[in-house]
Amino acid sequence: MTIQQERPAVSDKPPARKKAVLSEGKRQERKLGLLLCAPAALVMVAVTAYPILYSFWLSLQRYDLKFPDQREFVWFENYATVLTNSYWWTAFGVTMLITVVSVVVELVLGMGLAMIMHRTIVGRGLVRTSALIPYGIVTVVAAFSWRYAWTPGTGYLANIFGDGAPLTERASALAIVILAEIWKTTPFMALLLMAGLALVPEDLLKAASMDGASGWQRFTKVMLPVMKPAILVALLFRTLDALRVFDNIYVLTAGANETSSVSMIAYNNLIKGLNLGIGSTMSVLIFLTVAIIAFIFVKAFGTAAPGSSDDGRR
Amino acid sequence: MADHYRHRARALAAGAAIALLAPLAACGSDEESGTPVLNLYQFPVENFQTVVDRCNQEAAGKYRIAYQVLPRQADDQRVQMVRRLAANDDSMDILGMDVTWTQEFASANWIKEFTGEDKAEVENGTLPGPLASAEYENKLYAAPNNTNVQLLWYRKDLVPTPPKTWDEMIQQSLELKQQGKNPYQIVTMGAQYEGLVVLFNSLVASAGGHVVSDDGKTAVMDAGAVKALEVLKKLATSGVTTPSFSNAVEDDVRLAYQTDGGAFQLNWPFVYPSMQKDAPDIAEKTAWARYPGIDANTPSVTTIGGSNMAVSSYSKHPDLAFQAIRCLRGPDSQEYLAVNAGQPPSIEAVYDRPDMAKAYPMKDALLDELKNAAPRPRTPAYQNLSTVVAAELSPPSQIDPQRTAASLKKSIQDALESKGVLP
Repeated sequence: MTIQQERPAVSDKPPARKKAVLSEGKRQERKLGLLLCAPAALVMVAVTAYPILYSFWLSLQRYDLKFPDQREFVWFENYATVLTNSYWWTAFGVTMLITVVSVVVELVLGMGLAMIMHRTIVGRGLVRTSALIPYGIVTVVAAFSWRYAWTPGTGYLANIFGDGAPLTERASALAIVILAEIWKTTPFMALLLMAGLALVPEDLLKAASMDGASGWQRFTKVMLPVMKPAILVALLFRTLDALRVFDNIYVLTAGANETSSVSMIAYNNLIKGLNLGIGSTMSVLIFLTVAIIAFIFVKAFGTAAPGSSDDGRR
Repeated sequence: MADHYRHRARALAAGAAIALLAPLAACGSDEESGTPVLNLYQFPVENFQTVVDRCNQEAAGKYRIAYQVLPRQADDQRVQMVRRLAANDDSMDILGMDVTWTQEFASANWIKEFTGEDKAEVENGTLPGPLASAEYENKLYAAPNNTNVQLLWYRKDLVPTPPKTWDEMIQQSLELKQQGKNPYQIVTMGAQYEGLVVLFNSLVASAGGHVVSDDGKTAVMDAGAVKALEVLKKLATSGVTTPSFSNAVEDDVRLAYQTDGGAFQLNWPFVYPSMQKDAPDIAEKTAWARYPGIDANTPSVTTIGGSNMAVSSYSKHPDLAFQAIRCLRGPDSQEYLAVNAGQPPSIEAVYDRPDMAKAYPMKDALLDELKNAAPRPRTPAYQNLSTVVAAELSPPSQIDPQRTAASLKKSIQDALESKGVLP
């Protein structure tokens, strides 16, 4: 959503041309365009803007369902409470670690998978379908199978690595969460990257190889620059997705041994703790983090949907 | 052509409408036949449907109870109930709750107070400990259903006389160890969860101390609480526990003991039938006694578990729900569940019934403890309190009594006021 909201800023023409007087026909066209967008925009406002504003409103209150009589407006007190709390920052660090490690590994693996899917000649459909299977499995179901696999007694993986219970130690538990994330979403990354690969003209590669470029040079000097928009979109999508990691942690460790992510800790305070004020504060902070990251991607790296920009990057 | 399409679209729309409305219709159908349906949301209990069926028969068409089974995990049960209650769901009538949720639900105005005849009925013959767990601010908000206390299970072939205090038990265990006898260990729950809080609460109550004031509003952590921390630390550092003590929950403890891994076990009564079934040779060498105390002359006070039944504030048939609870937690139901589901009754008289002696050979010890048991701190913020206490006490070997008590006092006070952040 954020990308769509930010997009005009990137693709807009310089301000000087904006002021030019529009012809009657252009004005009509623009009006029709706006009218056609209106229903979608209204639905977006209803389903996203309202909840966001409502949680912001809740985050400014002391509001605990256990103590309905103590409800009061406290301005930004909840933000001070959360931002000075060590549990919150531990969870924030865990979330960042999971995000960075899993997205980097997924990018590398996804690129390899995309190449394979792109280059396959025999049984193309079969290869692509089988590569997508992990993405098609419900995360919770996959997480449960990982949990059993890593539980001593029921699992085939737990016994490989000595006697301990890997899910009860912090480092190994986090590694397992990251592994589960990577296994699950690499196909998604590969799918987005494959769309980028399709944009690389075959002629360009042939020309480069005529000029004596090695395979690695063709990859780094030709393919990657052409694919840049697709890579950035893939990275943005996965980063925002990984930041909200919940299901895998919920099933694998339930946040024990300091493995909670920010979504997990927000859930614990909001749903389990019934503290709407603190829980909403966390939700708003997560939203802000996501918004800032999206903003950095869009502004600093010029991320846009592939094919949407008109500055010739395509 | 166009007509054909329109026809199809209409059929599709009708189909979609039916698909959407069908589940709603299914909910309401019984109401239309005249018998009000009371939805009972409760955790899974073996053979509970038999109790429901009997109560439905007794109601003779006045109401029909429908047993909606909640998930197995306590947290999942609570989350589901709480989400429905927060949304003012009127499809829940009777709630089967863990004892520790009663004050929370009462404070949130989610459950109805028991008054008049309903109250008198509940108070009549119910053991004082379980009854206290159903009260909030001196009002009765729930009807105790089953109850529970932990006992000391020990190997009578190794320990001739059961210890009366923790010090004595640790001493006996050390002696066994020195004599090279095996097993010598004391096994109980020490993982970072509710079980550790229960252990701590029993120690504090036995020492005559308080974690929280009686009205549940202020953290106390008096001398008794410090004494409890000392005992807990001594237990964890004397070399009498198993290496996995700080990670053990009920079932680990049960398994450790019945595989010859302990001379003393502190656990709920469910361990005995399972021992008789899985390890009859160990069961034969096992006896039970009252939970150990702190002081030899003061009997122990143990933490009660169990469940309570309450009426949702959003129920459409509260009067019928109160009536139904009378049957569901009545003496006959409690007796049936005690024998068929392993749930000790909360009504004293039920213990004298003939069936009980066979199903509960340990019933005298159980009843002894129940008559003098301690509820967990009665505060709406119990969930918060339990979370922070478990976190601060874990691992028990790292406890520094004075310092831990001071830091606990502060974090418990925060938890009681639902200040701060839950981990």
